[in-house]
Amino acid sequence: MFSVFRDLVRYNIEFTIGLVLVGIMVVFAGLSFFAPMDPSLIYMAPPDQPPSTQYWFGTNSRGQEMFWQLSAAFKNSLQFGITVAILSRIISITVGLAAGYIGGWVDRVLMFVNDIFVAVPIFPILVLFYFVLRNNMDSFTMALILACFGWPFDARLIRSVALGLKHREFTRHAVFAGMSTRKVLVEEHLPYVMPIVFATFMNNMLWSIGMEVTLAVLGFTNINNPTIGTVLYWANSHSAMVVGVWWWLVIPVILIVMTFLGLFLLAMSMNEYIDPRSRLRRMGA
Amino acid sequence: MATLFLPARGEVFALVAPIETRWQLKLKDDWPRMHSYLWFAGKRLLQLIAVIFFGVSAMFFVTYLSPIDPVEQVLGRLASRSNLSPDAIASTREALTAMFGTDQPMMAQYFNFWTRVLRGDLGASLMAFPTPAMELVMRSMPWTLGLLLTSTFITFVIGNVMGGLAGYFQNNRFFKAFGILAMGLQPIPYYIVAFIILIIFGFLWPVLPISGGFAMDVRPSWTLPFILSVLQHSLLPAFSLVLVGLGGWFIGMRALVSNIVTEDYVTYAELAGVKRNTVVASYVMRNALVPQITALAMVIGGVFSGTIITEQVFNYPGMGSLLVDAVNAGDYSTVLAVCTVSITAVATAIFIVDMLHPLLDPRVRAE
Repeated sequence: MFSVFRDLVRYNIEFTIGLVLVGIMVVFAGLSFFAPMDPSLIYMAPPDQPPSTQYWFGTNSRGQEMFWQLSAAFKNSLQFGITVAILSRIISITVGLAAGYIGGWVDRVLMFVNDIFVAVPIFPILVLFYFVLRNNMDSFTMALILACFGWPFDARLIRSVALGLKHREFTRHAVFAGMSTRKVLVEEHLPYVMPIVFATFMNNMLWSIGMEVTLAVLGFTNINNPTIGTVLYWANSHSAMVVGVWWWLVIPVILIVMTFLGLFLLAMSMNEYIDPRSRLRRMGA
Repeated sequence: MATLFLPARGEVFALVAPIETRWQLKLKDDWPRMHSYLWFAGKRLLQLIAVIFFGVSAMFFVTYLSPIDPVEQVLGRLASRSNLSPDAIASTREALTAMFGTDQPMMAQYFNFWTRVLRGDLGASLMAFPTPAMELVMRSMPWTLGLLLTSTFITFVIGNVMGGLAGYFQNNRFFKAFGILAMGLQPIPYYIVAFIILIIFGFLWPVLPISGGFAMDVRPSWTLPFILSVLQHSLLPAFSLVLVGLGGWFIGMRALVSNIVTEDYVTYAELAGVKRNTVVASYVMRNALVPQITALAMVIGGVFSGTIITEQVFNYPGMGSLLVDAVNAGDYSTVLAVCTVSITAVATAIFIVDMLHPLLDPRVRAE
């Protein structure tokens, strides 16, 4: 595990950049545990102060220090992304491995359901959920809903790997040795799909945080819970750009771009690492 | 003893049936393919129906199981705007209950809902009162479709051509720089890209219109000034959609092409002196394009969501703006209508792309 990591850092500049960017954002989000005030309170500082040595990222029109506000927002959003990614990974691993290994009608039924989920446009459904749940829609409910829609692509990918594993020698040995289906899947096949799971983990986080930003910007979430999206929502509702409080928008946007680029680079370089052809090309062999 | 000369299978066939015309042979040859295509089409059609059925059913159950009663929600909206007598409220409640049918058992409501969906009548919109919700949706649909189709087409063509060339000419500086730019924009959410463009062209360098579907002073009709105005207003929304979409196609196509380039038949064609343009276009790109068509079917849903958001940012009069307005106005019928139509439209679009796929790829056809 460690040697894989060392190889990636040595041969893959994208991975290193991604790691640094994500690392910075994780540390920044982690700072929120040491925040001197509750980030949901307003008018704790003089409003509309530009960035200075006292207020590093300035303060917004609601009298919140942007530094601590953003730190809490990134913590919540990253947490949200990780929750969605873990939940949807569980579904996609189960479906993908079961469909690929068991085959037959199980495969056909699961892939039929899979194709349905691919074809349903997620955004109107999410808005519908907000419309009927209104303020009952907290971030965990939203994470659950997104997880229910975030698995089909990756389940298909995992299934294609599992299909190949099914006819390998070691699977036959395991079956002849009397391993149950569940044990074959968990102990024999799961380690082979783990690299894909890690790579898609990042992609899934990107997707779910993006969805959260979109919904929150429209005001379709709990707007009092600081997340990346709600920070932008409040900035828009106070017309930050028009009244000249540019730091309220520009700093979050820069940080968002950093986070997304970092996660994307990590996902991409892991994908490349999984494919042996591109790995060899990169190492110059 | 003459040596036994065994003709190949085709030759035997030609000996036995020399009278048959070429056309008949071709038909005989094509029949299993045609048959498998119909089989494939039938299966896909079944899937299309299943998607629409499950999507719309899911919508019904979300609204049915939610703790919020649509009648009370609408009443709350109405009562907050005007002074109504208790009698009037009671009779409105009765009328609304009859309209939504919320007093009936679940299966009856479900059945009712489906008959209304199939008839295309989801009740009157609340925010534009007697107008049917479906009419509002149909009015905004051309805007969304136009934006979605043109931007997807532009993105697909530019992304694939640039990606293909970048995969073929792997050391070209220009394509490398283009790749970094496109890939850097790709992970950023639609909203942020649209928003940055809005700031650049709205505040810093105001040269293009940033809101609305056409200028205030032109009348909607098929005249040149109107069409020009529509085009001008669609530039920024379309541009932001293209920017986000480009990277995905670029990366996919570059990876596909860089694998195909190492195939023997490409090397052979190059050594045999086939023109470079022909190699790139017919030997490499054509083959790499097939999986990209499949990918097109898979991203349509996502691009649709992106279009809805982009419309909202640029205040474009499409289905996205309608959906957001309807949610903010608590307009139950219109929200349901937008959701039904978008599920149906996206599923149908995916179906059409899937039906094109076997026509482009002979291997799929033969399967």
